[in-house]
Amino acid sequence: MSSARSIGEVLLAVENVSLAFGGVKALTDVSFDVRQGEIRAIIGPNGAGKSSMLNVVNGVYHPQQGAVRYRGEARRQVDPHRAARQGIARTFQNIALFKGMSVLDNIMTGRNLKMRAGLLEQALWLGRSRREELAHREQVEHIIDFLQIEHIRKTPVGRLPYGLQKRVELARALAAEPVLLLLDEPMAGMNVEEKQDMCRFILDVNEEFGTTIVLIEHDMGVVMDISDRIVVLEYGRKIADGLPDEVRNDSKVIDAYLGVSH
Amino acid sequence: MHADAATDPADTFPRLLLQHASSRGDGIAMREKDLGIWQSWTWRAVADEVRDLACGLSALGFRRGQNLAIIGDNRPQLYWAMAAAQSLGGVPVPLYQDAVADEMAYILDDADVRFAVVEDQEQVDKLLEIKDRLPGLEVIVYDDPRGMRSYGQGFLHELARVQDLGRELHGDHPGLFQREIDQGAAGDVAIMLYTSGTTGKPKGVCHTHGAMIAAARGGCTFDRLGPGDEILSYLPMAWVGDNLFSYAQALVGGFTINCPESGDTVMTDMREIGPTYYFAPPRVFENLLTQVMIRMEDAGRIKRWLFHRFLGVARRCGADILDRKPGVPAADRLLYAIGDLLVFGPLRNVLGMSRIRVAYTAGAAIGPDLFRFYRSIGLNLKQFYGSTETCAYVCLQPDGEIKYDTVGLPAPGVEVRIGENGEVLVKSAAMLAGYYKRPDATAELFDAAGWFRTGDAGFFDQDGHLKIIDRAKDLGRLANGAVFAPNYIENKLKFFQHVKEAVAFGHDRAQVCAFINIDLGAVGNWAERRGLAYAGYTDLAGKDEVYALIQECVEQVNAQLAADPMVADSQIHRFLVLHKELDPDDDELTRTRKVRRGFIADKYALLVDALYAGRSSCHIETEVKFEDGRRGRIAADVKIRDARVFPIRHEQAA
Repeated sequence: MSSARSIGEVLLAVENVSLAFGGVKALTDVSFDVRQGEIRAIIGPNGAGKSSMLNVVNGVYHPQQGAVRYRGEARRQVDPHRAARQGIARTFQNIALFKGMSVLDNIMTGRNLKMRAGLLEQALWLGRSRREELAHREQVEHIIDFLQIEHIRKTPVGRLPYGLQKRVELARALAAEPVLLLLDEPMAGMNVEEKQDMCRFILDVNEEFGTTIVLIEHDMGVVMDISDRIVVLEYGRKIADGLPDEVRNDSKVIDAYLGVSH
Repeated sequence: MHADAATDPADTFPRLLLQHASSRGDGIAMREKDLGIWQSWTWRAVADEVRDLACGLSALGFRRGQNLAIIGDNRPQLYWAMAAAQSLGGVPVPLYQDAVADEMAYILDDADVRFAVVEDQEQVDKLLEIKDRLPGLEVIVYDDPRGMRSYGQGFLHELARVQDLGRELHGDHPGLFQREIDQGAAGDVAIMLYTSGTTGKPKGVCHTHGAMIAAARGGCTFDRLGPGDEILSYLPMAWVGDNLFSYAQALVGGFTINCPESGDTVMTDMREIGPTYYFAPPRVFENLLTQVMIRMEDAGRIKRWLFHRFLGVARRCGADILDRKPGVPAADRLLYAIGDLLVFGPLRNVLGMSRIRVAYTAGAAIGPDLFRFYRSIGLNLKQFYGSTETCAYVCLQPDGEIKYDTVGLPAPGVEVRIGENGEVLVKSAAMLAGYYKRPDATAELFDAAGWFRTGDAGFFDQDGHLKIIDRAKDLGRLANGAVFAPNYIENKLKFFQHVKEAVAFGHDRAQVCAFINIDLGAVGNWAERRGLAYAGYTDLAGKDEVYALIQECVEQVNAQLAADPMVADSQIHRFLVLHKELDPDDDELTRTRKVRRGFIADKYALLVDALYAGRSSCHIETEVKFEDGRRGRIAADVKIRDARVFPIRHEQAA
């Protein structure tokens, strides 16, 4: 890709993580790392444990075994709120926006963690909270400009087509100025053009803001085009890990995706 | 108009800019919505920005006589680039921003472009794609740095950095910018606009400062445009109209241009700005009306009743009140005033048209109902006529003298004459200097006496208004020698929602006859509401009820034609509804959906003969191509009907 990007040291390391719900083993002894500034994809067939993996990373699930090391610091018990404070933002497979609120307000909620003024101050619209709100609004406007959603700024999210809702969700995640951005199937259910747009935006986010991105995706073509490295999961186990070309030609991956006769 | 034309020393656009900057430097020249907020530039600020950009371009090697390509949406920075090029004695060449790289390559090559100023990464990518084929292209300046970080090429420059460079140069050589402007003359080429190239390769139309300023001054005087007026600049910069409205007139009249946030936000931005001067092609007005009607369908019963009740009042007297015509009953005036308060005012507000003093439409024929609707709700919508070669203006409709089917009076300083073949001929100060590098094509534009041949056929009505009826080459004569303008008749038919296409015949014949294509959507809907069952287009087209419907349309057209002595002989005596839809795949229409009259006359010679032989039906079989490439045949007995014709009256129906 571009020359301006620089891939740095390990930002996030997943070490021998196992996760089970009762007798169902969602993840078994999975290890991989994510380097600063890269686009890292997690792929795999349905039920392979991809979303569970993301949920482990941002602290929704707590693995029974293994550890997640973020910025060199091991953590066992992290809740999503703490993860967000540490600069991890995410989008969801089935869009989780406030349908009745405008695009602008939805994105503003992404700034919530950055707001310092208390509830009372905000309610009274005192000087500090007003200044703060204006500064946040400016940040949000930069994101709106960046993702080219000016025309729907005031539109309630529920009225938007699916592809645009996905983009708004990305905008909200960006509003938190994340260090690490987790995208859960950002292109699911999109048409070809919407997918191309989304690819462009993901690459732009990575390049402009230097955001490290971990994404889950079904569409192999998309993944191969934009990822630096790819982890492949099947039945909760890691079956391959490497550059797109290596993964593409891996016999285990081909079997997992195309099926194999036993 | 403020400045007196006779004593006005500003005869080039850069001088006009400096004049505004010194006489009213704090007035707002430009606005652009950025990050959700309208950002403004005063005339003084614009002059400084232009100076920095001009000096920067000069530092990069842009020289007098060179052409500067400009590609992008309407952005203040791109308008500055236009002025900067002109300041240095260069010629801006705006290109359509949605053109694909290959189309751009031809123009960039033809115009010998060495410098290009473009909006963003998208346009840069297009230029990089074709750069190998354009050895002359040396420098690309881009405005929006987004996504450009990884582009390392030395010939790429960010506009703000170029301005930094210019600021330095200006610091070292403070007189440079002024000296360059002083060298300019009114007779220099100010702008080059490429024709669309529907007939052959695109040609560069060169306009001098003098010509564009004459056109702009004429328009500003005609509609009293000046400081305080606001325009939304949203049409492509490569189009002559945008250059006239958003650049030439803004600089001559000194009014404010407003650049929308993006192409998708034009409607919202328009509401926020509330322009006083507005242009839109007919299809924009049509889309707006459709949106309004759809929303009204969803409104509550009281609102719906109010809307239709007062729209009826507006239809009756709105246009007359707008034109300040006497003779509107006091009761109607009162009702209209109430309607204005409850319906028309709010509606104009929703459309962002509350403050519009002058609105224009041009470029295609506008339906009379559509035109009347906007006038009746109090929008001063007018039409003009012109072309790229005539700096957009030839004729304009004056306030209070609006007819939907004329294009108005010759613009100030424009002479119009009708040639012997019915062609509209023009002499004007606002006339192209020539096509770029194409003296042969330029020579063909003018007749022996130096009149510009528009290629359009028309005539003047009794009030001196020009009426355009057809392309001159399509014009025919009836057997009795009367003018036959097929396009004019076909357009009148097509204004009816039930008529999709029409083909008129009459050249060298005693009478005019017509083929009609019904609009399957509109007529199908009409049939469903009447419980009329039909199997498909051919079946529906042959129904007697449909014939009766179309007959009404034809006879209304005849009534309109009868009112105009020039075309009264062209009333449609007989017509038929074609058994199949005319289709570009069958070569009956061009790709831009213009009927290929000659081809159709040959293909359906049987039907044409039947029309003129007075028969009441005709059996025909036609081969058709389906979308998947298969061929099939459609056979039908096509009915032929007579339409009522009207005695020739000598008054205006409009």
